[in-house]
Amino acid sequence: MSQRTQGRSILPGVNVDDVFKDHDRYFLPRQSFQSLIDQLTLQGYGCVGPVMRDGAIIFDRLDMASQLPQGARDRQAPGYYRLENGGGPRWFSWANGPQALKPYLFPSREVLWEGTVDEDGGLNFKERIIEPEPLAVLGVRACDLAALAIHDAHFLKGPSPDAHYARRREQLFIVAVHCSHPASTCFCVSTGDGPAATRGYDIALAELDEGFVIDAGSDRGKLILDQLPLSKVDEAQLDQARRELNAAVAVQTRALPEGPLNRILFENLDHPRWDEVAERCLACGNCTSVCPTCFCASENEVPSLDGQTSEHSREWSSCFTQGHSYISGHVIRPDIRTRYRQWLTHKLGSWIDQYGRSGCVGCGRCIAWCPVGIDLTEETAAICKDARDE
Amino acid sequence: MQTSTPGPKPRMAVHKFASCDGCQLTFLNMGETLLQLADMVELVHFAEAGPVAPDAEVDIAFIEGSVTTEHDLERIKQIRSHSGFIVAFGACATAGGIQALRNFADAGEWLSAVYATPEYIDSLATSTPMSDHVKVDLEIWGCPPNRDQVLGAIRAWLYGTLPKQSQDKVCMECKRQHAVCVLVAKGMPCMGPVTQTGCGALCPSFGRGCYSCYGPAEALNTDSLAGWFEGLGLLPEDITRQFRHLNNSAPGFRDAATNIISTDAGHGH
Repeated sequence: MSQRTQGRSILPGVNVDDVFKDHDRYFLPRQSFQSLIDQLTLQGYGCVGPVMRDGAIIFDRLDMASQLPQGARDRQAPGYYRLENGGGPRWFSWANGPQALKPYLFPSREVLWEGTVDEDGGLNFKERIIEPEPLAVLGVRACDLAALAIHDAHFLKGPSPDAHYARRREQLFIVAVHCSHPASTCFCVSTGDGPAATRGYDIALAELDEGFVIDAGSDRGKLILDQLPLSKVDEAQLDQARRELNAAVAVQTRALPEGPLNRILFENLDHPRWDEVAERCLACGNCTSVCPTCFCASENEVPSLDGQTSEHSREWSSCFTQGHSYISGHVIRPDIRTRYRQWLTHKLGSWIDQYGRSGCVGCGRCIAWCPVGIDLTEETAAICKDARDE
Repeated sequence: MQTSTPGPKPRMAVHKFASCDGCQLTFLNMGETLLQLADMVELVHFAEAGPVAPDAEVDIAFIEGSVTTEHDLERIKQIRSHSGFIVAFGACATAGGIQALRNFADAGEWLSAVYATPEYIDSLATSTPMSDHVKVDLEIWGCPPNRDQVLGAIRAWLYGTLPKQSQDKVCMECKRQHAVCVLVAKGMPCMGPVTQTGCGALCPSFGRGCYSCYGPAEALNTDSLAGWFEGLGLLPEDITRQFRHLNNSAPGFRDAATNIISTDAGHGH
């Protein structure tokens, strides 16, 4: 650990070494981890957590701690993701997979309302009311929590909050795990969103070989903690957890350029780099689908064959699709250049004006899951470098 | 409402050209929905399902298959003349199908290599889509198209509108299905990023790469994907084969394969 990165600031005013100071912390032995899943189940939560499937860490239903990805390490690079067995007892020694919370709050496809024709030929519209089961998600990262806060701002604030998102959000219980193994694609230090989970969780865990440093971030979290076989955390365990967080800061090599990106990007809309990236970009939308903050959707009418009913459904869309900029017979962004530019200038630029912060939380998913390995930190740096040189 | 309007039902035909019959199965596999459809339209000609009246006047005709013989050419022109709205459906009718591979070869030589008595075969040197020969009102891509596309098209036509067809790439649907990307997580060549969705990301959901059954998508970047395939270790002939599949003669894929071949030749292989 170099002096330079030791205790480096991860959030304005938050230091890695301060992460374990404010709350009451306890220790949950590894062999008792099942009791956490059992208590959540007893409280009526369905449990979701990381499992290995099809060569990636994905979030799925979970009843047993033994389903967790023991020893799994993720090796990530632009356009590349592989799981390896690193050995050891740990379950959370990986950075992330293609998704975490987003599909549980903002499903990829859902019916919002339906229309029916009544006997007199009149039209009736009926909202689809959902009653989601309470869900506890285990293994949520700091970047995912930052993305959740952004989605909360998008879906819940403002004059017309999204009813489906709101109902799912109320029922969500979050068990965060501090990130000890960022991937090479991660840059949450640069965005100020990780690797430590500092807010927005019900329970947070720091994983050690022998068990977990655990604390509650909400009253609901405290209720669960009260039921667990916890012991007092000792100073050596806290030291180890701090050291691992510091290492998770030090290991990150990618970063976004210093801002203000909302000004720099919009001053460079004709930069030749947009043409260059358009030669590589496939406009496939994978970056936006795996982005935990992207929320664009298309709404479609699906009538029955007899024309008597129609379902109005919403599904994930992307600024890389033709439909995204289709207005009254005209596609405003017909080429890949303008679509990539829309994604980057919105994500890193106009998002700041819209939501008070960048839309990027540094999870690096768009880099790893881009089929041709386009790296948004590299693209942004290329545009900003020339802007600064001027 | 179409169903409550008394009077004659719209007349519909399903015609077959050079094809495997799989697109017609999209109708036959509808089950009860096919009975519902038969209540709403009069199925005048659909040889695979029973009724045969190829020369009857119809309001809407579905065309399966490609044009591969002189007789096909005459037939499609004839059908055009007595059909109101023509839907070319499936990879053969919209892009020439797998049999359009002959477009890149010496068809005569293939005939003599395959058939003991090639003089019995009377076919054109090319396999071509319907739109090369007649005005097509709607194309539904896919090998085969799915039932929702076909039913959606009929429903929209009954309403007097055009159907909404997704132009998204397979990747969009793959991510909606939460399938793990085989290209990124397995280094497996997958045509998803250049292919139109419609299949529900069927192959990637089962851990294998997309075959491009639904043809080239819009905002196509075949050069970039081909370059990435090369980086994965695929030889030029393997990459060419990716593009020369069920939609080999769709312009986007035809040109991509031609580019790879000419670039490779330029490198002196």
